[in-house]
Amino acid sequence: MIPASYFFLLSVVLFVLGIIAFFLKRDLITQLMAVEIMLNAANLAFLALAKSSNFLDAQVIVFFIITVAAAEAAIGLAIVMLIFRQKKSIKTEDMRSMKG
Amino acid sequence: MTDIGILLIKIVLALVWFLVLTLYLTWAERKESAVIQDRIGANRASIFGIRILGLFQPFADAIKMIFKEDFVPVFSRKFLHTLAPFLSFFFVAITIAAIPFGDDIRIAGKTISLQIFDANIGLLFVLAMLSLGIYGIILSGWASNNRFALLGSIRGAAQLISYEVALGLSLVGLIMVYPSLRLSEIVRAQGSLLLGFFPAWGVFLQPLGFIIFLFAALAETKRVPFDLPEGESEIIGFFAEYGGLKWGLFMMTDFMEIIIVSALLTTLFFGGWQVPWLSTAGFEFPWGWKWHLGPWLVTALEVAAFNIKVFIFCWLQILIRWTYPRLRYDQLMDLGWKLLVPLSLLNILGTAIVMSL
Amino acid sequence: MMILLFFVLSVICVGSVLGMIISKNQAYSALFLVLAFSCLGGLFGMLGAPFMAVVQIIIYAGAIMVLFIFVIMMINLRKGISPERKKWTLAVSAVISVVLLAELVFAVLGTPPMPYTAAFSSGTSPTDIGRLLFTKYLYPFEITSVLIIAALVGAIVLVKKREKE
Repeated sequence: MIPASYFFLLSVVLFVLGIIAFFLKRDLITQLMAVEIMLNAANLAFLALAKSSNFLDAQVIVFFIITVAAAEAAIGLAIVMLIFRQKKSIKTEDMRSMKG
Repeated sequence: MTDIGILLIKIVLALVWFLVLTLYLTWAERKESAVIQDRIGANRASIFGIRILGLFQPFADAIKMIFKEDFVPVFSRKFLHTLAPFLSFFFVAITIAAIPFGDDIRIAGKTISLQIFDANIGLLFVLAMLSLGIYGIILSGWASNNRFALLGSIRGAAQLISYEVALGLSLVGLIMVYPSLRLSEIVRAQGSLLLGFFPAWGVFLQPLGFIIFLFAALAETKRVPFDLPEGESEIIGFFAEYGGLKWGLFMMTDFMEIIIVSALLTTLFFGGWQVPWLSTAGFEFPWGWKWHLGPWLVTALEVAAFNIKVFIFCWLQILIRWTYPRLRYDQLMDLGWKLLVPLSLLNILGTAIVMSL
Repeated sequence: MMILLFFVLSVICVGSVLGMIISKNQAYSALFLVLAFSCLGGLFGMLGAPFMAVVQIIIYAGAIMVLFIFVIMMINLRKGISPERKKWTLAVSAVISVVLLAELVFAVLGTPPMPYTAAFSSGTSPTDIGRLLFTKYLYPFEITSVLIIAALVGAIVLVKKREKE
């Protein structure tokens, strides 16, 4: 049996990598992807918790996280498309002006 | 140790069944289209002058494809261009693992199920693998660096995603009736009788679900009424930049999808390996006759029944492919989103109402 | 056997996330992420949650990432965008991530190890999750469905081109 702490450590590593990706990348799409990585790290931690303490509710929470992530990705990508149409760019540095 | 050995034997047997059937489906398609178009069809392939209706044609095709030049365009992304056909082949080939071919058999005190991977999420496993097959299409179009191929792959991905919604929703009613996602349990549940004499097959309990699933699954196979991703003859498809064996893999993927769709239709809606009124002891007709059969004969009958049902659905799909013209893109999307999805929601509602009565 | 599988999957997962960070092309980043999510699906399966594993693969790898790749194909930038080069942002992000990593690792190692209960090791069935979802979590479930509909309509309204413009 694999100790649950291995899964927790993996989830920590993934979460931090997601944060690093969010900092390093300069375009909106990849930053959205970084957010997805962090959400997935959280999912992994929840499922490890579900297994280690026999807490089935954690799996239901993961289900909710996945559905909310789907909604978030749809809206986020729609906004990215809008920004691209207006500015012809998806770099974060080009998003300085307050007016559209 | 013996368990792993049995598993390996099952995997090899299932794959051999799958690939041989795929090869001969190409022959069946050529013959059936020939009959429809009043031609004779492929009949020249021969070994030592023996040509039984051109039954050696698939091997000739395979040899031709293998010895063709493996052409990779200079402007393509080489690695992904090579990876794409293998991806789409792999994700279809792996789905055979979840299909039950027959009832459990007993050899030397061991119970062996005629299924490779009997998970409690078997149905969702098949759907997940079919949904991952999109990557083969997207990658082939994108890695070819050809804008017509890219357009084809975008059409393909949009079509597959749209019809996956209807495909998944049409099965919800079925899952409610046979409360399980385990394919072997769904098949077992279909062995019972309705009103004492009628087999409780999915098609009788979920007729609307069956029709929606059939249409959505036809769209998933990307063949003629729904062949906008490929469109060999007029619009250029996602594998425009492929040749030789890699093109052959895409073609084989299509035929394997036909077989998987037939196997799913059989398993979910037509009783899988169940033969009406056949139980483990033999036939027990509702009007009181009994006909005792040995266990091996029963197993053979069940596997044969599964195969015959799969063949019938393969034949039906080829018939549809050679009968109907292609849909326009807006008609395709209308059919998916405005007809099949609402109907499948209605099916879920109706099933819930009937079940709660 | 299982521990080997765990290490293989986690190495592929972390490696592909690293590849996603390093690669300049967004499409490659997205493909690396698909690989990472598929590996995570395998890990979910190892955690006795086969239903969640399949949902992860269907929704993340099969739908969300396809959406990302779709948008990347439509935007289709000729050149990729190289990672951030400003020194001070690199330094700040390095410091923050190291601190966070250390903190979280200490938090994980500090918690006493919980013993596995035997009943759970065989894996949960989708029936259990469904029962929980439609009894205890019925209201969150319904709210999520409203959220999904709102996201669907919102995305269509946002992206749709207006007739007169």
